[in-house]
Amino acid sequence: MKRQALLSVLILIGLVVAASIWFGQNHGLLPTAASEEAVLYDKLFSAVIAIAFGLFLIVEGVLIYSLFRFRKRRNDEEDGAPWHDNIRLEMIWTAIPTVIVLWVALYSFDVYSTMRGTDVLMVAHHLHQHPKSVLVAQAEGKLPEIDAETVNIDVQGMQFAWIFTYPHEITSGELHVPVNKHIHLNLSAVDVLHAFWVPQLRLKQDTIPGSPTHLDFYPTKIGEYPVVCAELCGSYHGGMRTTMIVESAEDYQKWLNEQLEVAQADSSPKVATAQMSESDYLAGKVSHNMTHSHHH
Amino acid sequence: MTLAENSLNQINAPIAHSEKEHTPWWEYFTFSTDHKVIGIQYLVTTFFFYLLGGALASLVRAELATPDSDLLPPEWYNSSFTMHGTIMIFLWIVPAVTGGFGNYLVPLMIGARDMAFPTLNAIAFWMIIPGGLLLISSFFVGPASTGWTAYPPLSILTEQHIGQAIWIFSIIILGTSSILAAVNFIVTIWSMRMQGMGLFDMPLFCWAMLATSVLALVATPVLAGALILLAFDLLAGTSFFNPTGGGNPVVYQHLFWFYSHPAVYVMILPVFGIISEVLPPHARKPIFGYKAIAYSSMMICALGLVVWAHHMFTSGTPDWLRVFFMIATLLVAVPTGIKIFSWLATLWGGKLRLESPLLFAIGFISMFVVGGLSGVMLGSVPIDIHVHDTYFVVAHFHYVLFGGSVFGIYAGIYHWFPKMTGRMLNETWGKIHFALTFVGFNLCFFPMHILGLQGMPRRVAQYDPQFAEINLICSIGAFILAISTIPFLVNAVYSWLKGEKAPSNPWKALTLEWTTDSPPIPHNWHGEPPLFTHPYDYGMVDYAKLGQLLADHEASNLFPNH
Repeated sequence: MKRQALLSVLILIGLVVAASIWFGQNHGLLPTAASEEAVLYDKLFSAVIAIAFGLFLIVEGVLIYSLFRFRKRRNDEEDGAPWHDNIRLEMIWTAIPTVIVLWVALYSFDVYSTMRGTDVLMVAHHLHQHPKSVLVAQAEGKLPEIDAETVNIDVQGMQFAWIFTYPHEITSGELHVPVNKHIHLNLSAVDVLHAFWVPQLRLKQDTIPGSPTHLDFYPTKIGEYPVVCAELCGSYHGGMRTTMIVESAEDYQKWLNEQLEVAQADSSPKVATAQMSESDYLAGKVSHNMTHSHHH
Repeated sequence: MTLAENSLNQINAPIAHSEKEHTPWWEYFTFSTDHKVIGIQYLVTTFFFYLLGGALASLVRAELATPDSDLLPPEWYNSSFTMHGTIMIFLWIVPAVTGGFGNYLVPLMIGARDMAFPTLNAIAFWMIIPGGLLLISSFFVGPASTGWTAYPPLSILTEQHIGQAIWIFSIIILGTSSILAAVNFIVTIWSMRMQGMGLFDMPLFCWAMLATSVLALVATPVLAGALILLAFDLLAGTSFFNPTGGGNPVVYQHLFWFYSHPAVYVMILPVFGIISEVLPPHARKPIFGYKAIAYSSMMICALGLVVWAHHMFTSGTPDWLRVFFMIATLLVAVPTGIKIFSWLATLWGGKLRLESPLLFAIGFISMFVVGGLSGVMLGSVPIDIHVHDTYFVVAHFHYVLFGGSVFGIYAGIYHWFPKMTGRMLNETWGKIHFALTFVGFNLCFFPMHILGLQGMPRRVAQYDPQFAEINLICSIGAFILAISTIPFLVNAVYSWLKGEKAPSNPWKALTLEWTTDSPPIPHNWHGEPPLFTHPYDYGMVDYAKLGQLLADHEASNLFPNH
């Protein structure tokens, strides 16, 4: 009898593990992964959500089983058995979660370090104070080189638009980046806090007036992805969106050249945010209008 | 009637006290210093604020039923979610679980006549109403619209200047009330336990209130400090947090979350306590792992003070700091897991009386675990960076604070309503209330996990049309949730006036509050409280003998000369 109970517990655990692994691989909860960082993220996410799903099944399973198995029967006014302590059991359900969360912490740390392209503990404070120059100076081969393979773009958040500045002072309301290059964004804000978020990159960074921040990624998939403001920044926060276009190196160069021509031909303000009406923001026309201002 | 039922009823022998011993109705409208009056004042007052906060949530969900910003003017929309969050936190959950249940139950559970500082207690309550009315008054001048977090520079540059200032002063008043209450609980629990009740003989709700009060006492003054500085920036043009004058907005975030993360535990720890009180009598089993549950409350209290910057993983925080806060945050899962597993073990092998209190308590466990698991995911820095400030976070904290705290509050109301009012709630309407709330809640909040992961930020009035269907489902869930309060309200009001009279101990429970009348007399007991068992000795006591002991004790107190 006892052996049979043990066997069924083992079978149940096996089923939960199988279901969790399956769920971790097939949850379909995340959008396209458009960068190397996103691929790393998705592996971590799948592992953690598989564990979470398993624990969810166990807890809900025990609850539902108890609801049926241990519900009070008619005319049974007795108390249940006074079982109130089991050191071994308590050790198990303290130790297993401890091991799990420490493993999650370790794995997360590893992914985070790789995503930042750096040993986050070693150069952290230098990074914070001097976003780029010190990063290179302190690197000693450990960090990705900032060279021709790295594209630097300045990103400015303002109520309620994103402004992207490329080499040669080219300015656009859309973010164009070449595929398979290191992209380094220098983020700033002119008025209030904003947050630069591209769900397909799994990356988000606040832009803070007065303190520059930065973001690095390596896009791997050509396509158009939304750039979303994720920090409440005022009435039209929801309308502060634009598009990131990941394109081939040739297309990117072509676009840059076009922009350069436009900029040289037309010295009027490139981004006409001040002229936009409230209804434009509401209709989400920000990026649309800005793109057009460059094509005239 | 079986022999066992007969003997169970003996601990419930009706005790005839004269009517005039009971608190008259008008005392609930006065500056009463009776902890039970104050507890009910808190619960009833905060429930009104809950309804107001819920109405604001309905506005938010109505706007989000479609992708365009087409219902409310955008500032109104921002004000709606700002005031929704502020009211639900500072005028509903915090005061309801600490001031409401804490005041009503702690003295009764430890065998005290009242709180340590009864006048201070009344003062703390009477700060809630002016604080709340002040906040509501801002609706006439344009209420705060910068979120319940009020991050500068937005909160300094806001067009709703007066509304923002009112918001700050209202929160300072409510925070002060919370600090006063915390001092009172710590002193009461520490020094007013009756003879023979050690710390580890206390009901677990008292442990939870002790941990909660330490958190509130340590953390709330920091929020007050941050808000005073913010008020200077807003009103006097200083630059503590204003970057144009050299201030640092990230410092505000640190100060704000130093309070506001512990505030989450202030809102959930007492509810953990409620669950530990509700499960044993309705499952007819002792609480499993008493000491582990008590210690885990203290561990959550300690860890809760060093995890605040996990709200700032995408902010201007150094990387090493993010790693430290990640590890501390993930460790919170351990004591929380201990509680959940101990509750499951309490149910295991019990004789579950599936009435409203237990249904809400089991509902609590089933949903809180979802919030706990998504909390572990959010604790991981890289995972959080993607979903921070998205609907995933909105889903997470509503699973903790609604699926958790509010379901726990309902479990507590169904459990202690007979004690507080002397009337039973209607069981059928209780079950209808549970079913509607459970379905509405999950329909409203579960799909939000998907929204956040797929790319929908929070605090937006308009969103990408690809999210339209899921948002509509959420809004339908919110509508059911709003409707679900109606059966509760009708049941509570009707039962309070005309419900079946409640005996002193309708659940055959063993904690001390059930040994006095329903509702209790002003000073709780005639003579000494009858402490004959540990709080969770189900299955271990001889009820016939206990009933006899209680009857003898009561008789000796009523007629001391005999």
